[in-house]
Amino acid sequence: MTFTADVRVHFKPGTLDPQGQAVLRAVHSMGLQAVADVRVGKSVRLQVEAPDAKAAGALVERLCREILANPVLEDYTFEVHA
Amino acid sequence: MSRCAVVVFPGSNCDQDALWAWGEGAVPVWHQESRLPDVDAVILPGGFAYGDYLRAGALARFSPIMADVRRVAADGMPVLGICNGFQVLCEAGLLPGALAKNAGIAFRCQSVEVEVADGDTAWTRGMAPGTRLRLPIAHGEGRYWSPDAVRVAFRYVGENPNGSMDAIAGVRNAAGNVVGLMPHPERAAASVLGGCDGLRILGAVRDRPAVALKGARA
Repeated sequence: MTFTADVRVHFKPGTLDPQGQAVLRAVHSMGLQAVADVRVGKSVRLQVEAPDAKAAGALVERLCREILANPVLEDYTFEVHA
Repeated sequence: MSRCAVVVFPGSNCDQDALWAWGEGAVPVWHQESRLPDVDAVILPGGFAYGDYLRAGALARFSPIMADVRRVAADGMPVLGICNGFQVLCEAGLLPGALAKNAGIAFRCQSVEVEVADGDTAWTRGMAPGTRLRLPIAHGEGRYWSPDAVRVAFRYVGENPNGSMDAIAGVRNAAGNVVGLMPHPERAAASVLGGCDGLRILGAVRDRPAVALKGARA
């Protein structure tokens, strides 16, 4: 059956995110000082064929590790739903 | 004259410069090829392979030619990754670490001074540590970072243009045959273009006798 996987890739905690910092400065220039931090990541939606959710999760895990995220700089999370 | 394959990915834009700088013996190789021609060295050139989609170098490492690049690299053939080619080598695991967005956000396009940190690589042979070279840079994602200690080949002198860890401009593998750097030696290959220092890097491999080069392990 077909599963939908939503993957989110973000920089590891403590990793400098210049893009997020640039957005934060723009947000502050809007006068919105209440925004304390901005981190920019990526969202990837996949459709995968698998016998069950567990197998779909294993496939997505492998994709995250081998292509969607760079383990040196990035972490990932994902959800799989039918 | 040593022969060199310059791998051309969709989005490479310094392949012609590398071919020109190397001169006779340099051949372009399309990334869809599965075998490298009979060469003595490989250059992965600068540019934006696959438009830098996903991450710089992330998709290029799955190109068919990369299996053969891995094979010759393991055999000790000199492999040089320039700018985007350096990013590809890191993504492919042929060099450690990763290149992140420049600390200052800006795309840096300027001349920089680098120092040879290690003269015992295929591409720095003949240059003593501390030798200074003036080379152009042109990148938005050149901030080198690695969680582990790495073998440094080149360091920026003076201003660190991208916030790289330890001012690293280039690294080498354990054997010393694979080197990657963000500056562009192929763009510093004629005095009329502002300098020839890049030829010291390319020449370290190009001008060695082919017989001594083949299968050389540094």
